[in-house]
Amino acid sequence: MAKFMGIDVGSTTVKVCVLSESLEILYTSYERHFARVKECVLGQLSVVKEKFGGDFCVCITGSAGLGLAERSGIPFVQEVQAAFTAIRQYYPDADAAVELGGEDAKIIFITGGTEQRMNGSCAGGTGAFIDQMATLLDISVSEMDALSLRAERVYPIASRCGVFAKSDIQPLLNQGARREDIAASIFQAVVDQTVAGLAQGRRIKGKVLFLGGPLYFLQGLRRAFRQTLGLDEEHAVFPENAPSFMAIGAALYAAGTDAMPLEEIVRRIRDARGSDDIVTGDPLFTDRAEYDAFVARHKAHDLAFEDIRTYRGDAYLGIDSGSTTTKLVLITPDCKLLYQHYQSNNGQPLDIVVERLREIYALSEGRVRIAGAATTGYGEDLIKAAIRADFGIVETVAHFKAALHFDPKVDFIIDIGGQDIKCFKIKNGAIDNIMLNEACSSGCGSFIQTFARAMGMEIDEFSKLGLFAKHPVELGSRCTVFMNSSVKQAQKEGAGIEDISAGLSASIVKNAIYKVIRAKTPDELGSNILVQGGTFLNDAVLRCFELETGKQVVRPGIAGLMGAFGAALYAKENVRGESTVLDAQALRTFAYTTRSHVCKGCTSHCNVNVIGFSDGRKFISGNKCEKGAGLKPHSDELDIYHYKYERLLQCAEGARGTRGKVGLPVVLGFYEQLPLWTGFFEACGFEVLFSERSSRSLYFRGQHTVASDTVCYPAKLAHGHIESLLDAGADFIFYPCESYNLDEHDSTNHYNCPVVAYYPELLKANNERLTQDNFIMPYLDLNDERTTVRALHRALKKFGLTPRLIRKGLAEGFRRLALFHADVERKGEEIAAAARAERRPIVVLAGRPYHVDPEINHGIGKLLTSLGVAVLSEDAVFRKGRQVLVNVLNQWTYHARLYRAAEYVAENEDMELVQLVSFGCGIDAITTDEVRALLESRGKLYTQIKIDEINNLGVVKIRLRSMIAAVEEQKRRNHEDR
Amino acid sequence: MKTDKRRVAGCGGSAADVADFRDDYPKFTPAMKHTHKILVPDMLPVHFGIIVDFLRKDGWDIELLRNDSRAVIDEGLKHVHNDTCFPALCVTGQFIDALKSGKYDVEHTAVMITQSGGGCRASNYIPLIRKALKSEFPHVPVISLNFAGLEKDSGFPVDLKTLLKLAFAIFYGDTLMSLYNQCKPYETEPGAADAAREECVRAINRAYDEGKYLHYKRITRGLLERFARVPRGRGPKVKVGIVGEIYVKYSPLGNSHLEEFLLSEGCEPVVPALMDFVLYCAVNNVNDAKLYNKKSAATPLFALVYRYLHHVQKKIIRLTEKYGFEPLHDFEHLRRCADKVINQGVKMGEGWLIPAEMAALAETGTDNIVCAQPFGCLPNHIAGKGTIRTLKQMYEHENIVAIDYDTSATKVNQENRIKLMLSTARENLKEKQKKRG
Repeated sequence: MAKFMGIDVGSTTVKVCVLSESLEILYTSYERHFARVKECVLGQLSVVKEKFGGDFCVCITGSAGLGLAERSGIPFVQEVQAAFTAIRQYYPDADAAVELGGEDAKIIFITGGTEQRMNGSCAGGTGAFIDQMATLLDISVSEMDALSLRAERVYPIASRCGVFAKSDIQPLLNQGARREDIAASIFQAVVDQTVAGLAQGRRIKGKVLFLGGPLYFLQGLRRAFRQTLGLDEEHAVFPENAPSFMAIGAALYAAGTDAMPLEEIVRRIRDARGSDDIVTGDPLFTDRAEYDAFVARHKAHDLAFEDIRTYRGDAYLGIDSGSTTTKLVLITPDCKLLYQHYQSNNGQPLDIVVERLREIYALSEGRVRIAGAATTGYGEDLIKAAIRADFGIVETVAHFKAALHFDPKVDFIIDIGGQDIKCFKIKNGAIDNIMLNEACSSGCGSFIQTFARAMGMEIDEFSKLGLFAKHPVELGSRCTVFMNSSVKQAQKEGAGIEDISAGLSASIVKNAIYKVIRAKTPDELGSNILVQGGTFLNDAVLRCFELETGKQVVRPGIAGLMGAFGAALYAKENVRGESTVLDAQALRTFAYTTRSHVCKGCTSHCNVNVIGFSDGRKFISGNKCEKGAGLKPHSDELDIYHYKYERLLQCAEGARGTRGKVGLPVVLGFYEQLPLWTGFFEACGFEVLFSERSSRSLYFRGQHTVASDTVCYPAKLAHGHIESLLDAGADFIFYPCESYNLDEHDSTNHYNCPVVAYYPELLKANNERLTQDNFIMPYLDLNDERTTVRALHRALKKFGLTPRLIRKGLAEGFRRLALFHADVERKGEEIAAAARAERRPIVVLAGRPYHVDPEINHGIGKLLTSLGVAVLSEDAVFRKGRQVLVNVLNQWTYHARLYRAAEYVAENEDMELVQLVSFGCGIDAITTDEVRALLESRGKLYTQIKIDEINNLGVVKIRLRSMIAAVEEQKRRNHEDR
Repeated sequence: MKTDKRRVAGCGGSAADVADFRDDYPKFTPAMKHTHKILVPDMLPVHFGIIVDFLRKDGWDIELLRNDSRAVIDEGLKHVHNDTCFPALCVTGQFIDALKSGKYDVEHTAVMITQSGGGCRASNYIPLIRKALKSEFPHVPVISLNFAGLEKDSGFPVDLKTLLKLAFAIFYGDTLMSLYNQCKPYETEPGAADAAREECVRAINRAYDEGKYLHYKRITRGLLERFARVPRGRGPKVKVGIVGEIYVKYSPLGNSHLEEFLLSEGCEPVVPALMDFVLYCAVNNVNDAKLYNKKSAATPLFALVYRYLHHVQKKIIRLTEKYGFEPLHDFEHLRRCADKVINQGVKMGEGWLIPAEMAALAETGTDNIVCAQPFGCLPNHIAGKGTIRTLKQMYEHENIVAIDYDTSATKVNQENRIKLMLSTARENLKEKQKKRG
């Protein structure tokens, strides 16, 4: 009889298992394959060969095993199926199983209706996600695990995908949150993602098996799962052979296949060829000579050095506290480099800065006087406060300053850092246009790093491999998560590590050019391009950029330090009098403590971090407003978003009502129509109940009924609002479906977007608490009275409303809606007048009605007013704009407002437009390009801010400050020209 | 409701208040019939093949694009906003890749695309393609094939005769697609089903040549007879329905050759008819009139067209049954299925048609379903993924997998998820056979 063998080829590991004829487990192994799938499998088979001989029934499973199985002609079983087979064999009494793999997450429900679920393509990996996070903290996964066990609190971290989580974690790190707490928060995020994203409303209960590598090795993750699911020791089962469970399943599955000698299996796998499916490009360099010429050309742009050990005199310090790295530069008054430092943050940027500053003082032995210091980057405020730097400047300004030093004719700068891609177009010596990557495509620079480590290499070594790759693979140009799967695909097809390395470099470049810059042809970039940022120190990336654009570009030797260099230049040019920076004496006694608490100043409940310095000063971060920092809050007077939100919720008169209590969810279209429906129901004799104000915890309350994880955040929030109304005891919830919005007579048609129009259908289908009786969703077109009255009459039949009463109710509703519109417009005029009197810039923050929800806009209005800007909204101004004819089909009511608002802004010199876009809004893919073209045709800047459930105002702040700086610069120049 | 009264003051305005931001674009004039070649994207290989053939014979110089390389996607990525839906990227990419190939005289070439004019962003494909062509191919007009009166300056001229020819081409294409899928997995002689399909396409082309395209009963009978002659084995196969967004549902470029993949896995793909989408569009127009009093001059026409086409559909169904093949769905049955799951008011994109097809498939013994959509497809959040829970409650064995298609969603990820669905499907099939004994 033959033995049984299962081979599980996952995205990061290979597992092999051998079973005896009586299904006893004889052997299991577990090994990382570092993308060398075939070699790794063959290596393990040779071990099997030594231990056992004879014939085997064999079966391959796993996401990366698919291709291998196909080409070797060995049977394949889908991995969830394999797990299921093994569970039935060894744990017949299990109720459910959770399996986390390198990049997949799966849940198998066994009792109460068998069901197998797998994460969608956007949910990102889990094992890979944990790896990525560990890299971010610069510790090993097991160290992270150990840290997590000592956590005191858990921060909310977006769990949907790695890129988002990173955006949440980075600010926490930069603000000095405890790493123990962050580690635990990362695990909690994985649990939340699995429970909410995968189980989607179905409860995981009974005896639960936990499978896969991460759940086997990580105690912190196990604990988080047990606590979240409320399982005791008996009901949470962590099998001894969890990592190789799939392989065991595959071996069991192999029982039904034909046996073959081990030699035959080895031969088949060895002879499996790479497939032709894989798309490859040309090599980066044809030969060594070409590479050498390339290196020599770029050498020309290096700075001169000066020895800090002998130099005597003034010096200027620039610090760029970036998202993943900290950079320091010290220059002489004639711009020679005295000292430079570039280091990964390891989560503690402040320690690095203090340590380096001490080193500078030590090296200079009192000969060097720091005459000025400036900080920039994510950690700008913290570092500035800590070392008492003279200036804090926006990083875009710092980069521009530095670029000018190398090429006074520069007209395009592209900076690819660890987390950001920043591009500036320069016109007439000023920043004309800024493009930053959106949350979705970020993480590109650090992606190579994470990937290199996953391959067991350092980034330099890994990227050098790509230089002479013969067939770089095409990996697409999207976000990290997608690239991970593309790499997986390439591995499956047998691509080598050199080809993958070169492919990754090309991806980063394409991502920058086509996704961030959105250039159609390389000529759009400009003729004098300067590239910078740590990622460009990588020759493979630089080469890909030159190949893709077909241009020779300038890369300064200090490409990774340009922000810091620019800051130093800024300090040099702007310092007046004595610098305030800490001297050697003060630095010697410098120390700090961190503490965090939840601010109770308002409903935002910010996690506030307080850093106390040894001289008694404090630095507070994490707060959305001044309240958290213990300051008097600035006035909301100039923020129409604040006004609109409050005014909207005041539309009820609070009549008691005799017919019952109707619940209106304050979501999506209701942010426009709330006054209408409140007026209607109050006039018809109902008591009106609004859902709670949005918050993150409200979102979590409804998360289990979210059916599509790629829908926009405003829609996802609706689920929580429904729960809140049900809990508050509304007799019924009213939420109409409206294909058509109100016709404002300025567009070809007046649709709602599909999500706004039909979301009630989805809510009803996915929340079991909603019934025909307590959820009323008539189909209405408010532009037609007859059918509206008829539909409402039918929908509200049991309350016996007469058509006359309904008509009266509608009239009252429309009256309140008109009042609301008039108030918003009037407030807009007041704000504009006040701003003009104080000569403040005005920003029209243009989005959708539901963007007034502070949980959706994350307080961007507040942020703008704190920067001294008055804030208007699209609906406060669009009626003042002219009718607009655009290139695209203008057929949605809310979107037509955007175009008119943009036209109005273009006509007003003191106004700028910032467009708010919700992540996942497909229609804005159309409006953004059109609004941009419209503004740019009139010489205006266009700024877009993409928002999602992540709450990372740091990035937004940089973008808005850059925009304000650019506007001021433009104004100054216009003034000079005159 | 008298909207003018309700309207907020200041809204609307006179012609003098209009700011025009439109770019000039090349228009399509009927005279170009004699000077221009028209390129058509590869949306439904079988159907479009028939249509292109008869249009050629009607004097149009028209070509169905078959370019399907990675360059197509790359051109799409370069020329269309990457957050726009995948079909827009594929179609635009296919056009640009073709125009760049050097095979066409770009001064005398136009491209054509269908346009529905619904509330989904898909109705914006035309402006997006124009924008994409502008920099490199400024003289290539974009033609709109629509029945909603859009793009009047660049519409494809459709007279009643052409309309009829189109409608019947869709009927024939649907039957051909369905019969092929019912024979291919079971054929005992490799290639027999393909040969039958080729022969049938020729027969249909001939019918158009002879002006006998209206003789649908005779033509359909011919198709059925030919496929009935394909020798088939009996072994039961897993049947997998394909529903979803119209482009990725049918286009091999859009769905990574899903039908072929399912065939290679030994399954029988069950693809609902394109005619259902046509009827769905017609019915929506009628529904709008009923629900919201949105009557236009065309509404009675839509009602009439609907009644006629449905009449033909029923006849074809009866014929199909007679030959022992599984017929395509009766559209009225689809509407009843929809009512069990969702309101027919959900009319953007493929709207209620998707859950209707999923329910109808389950009721006709195909409970394994791939619900295909472009990544982030707006209407499918609601009508696709949003209805799966309801459907699973209604039909015990309903086994649905929702697959997102995207430029960077990899085949391995998609196939792995489909395989998971298939393994459940195979278990279910085994159980069923066991029960039957």
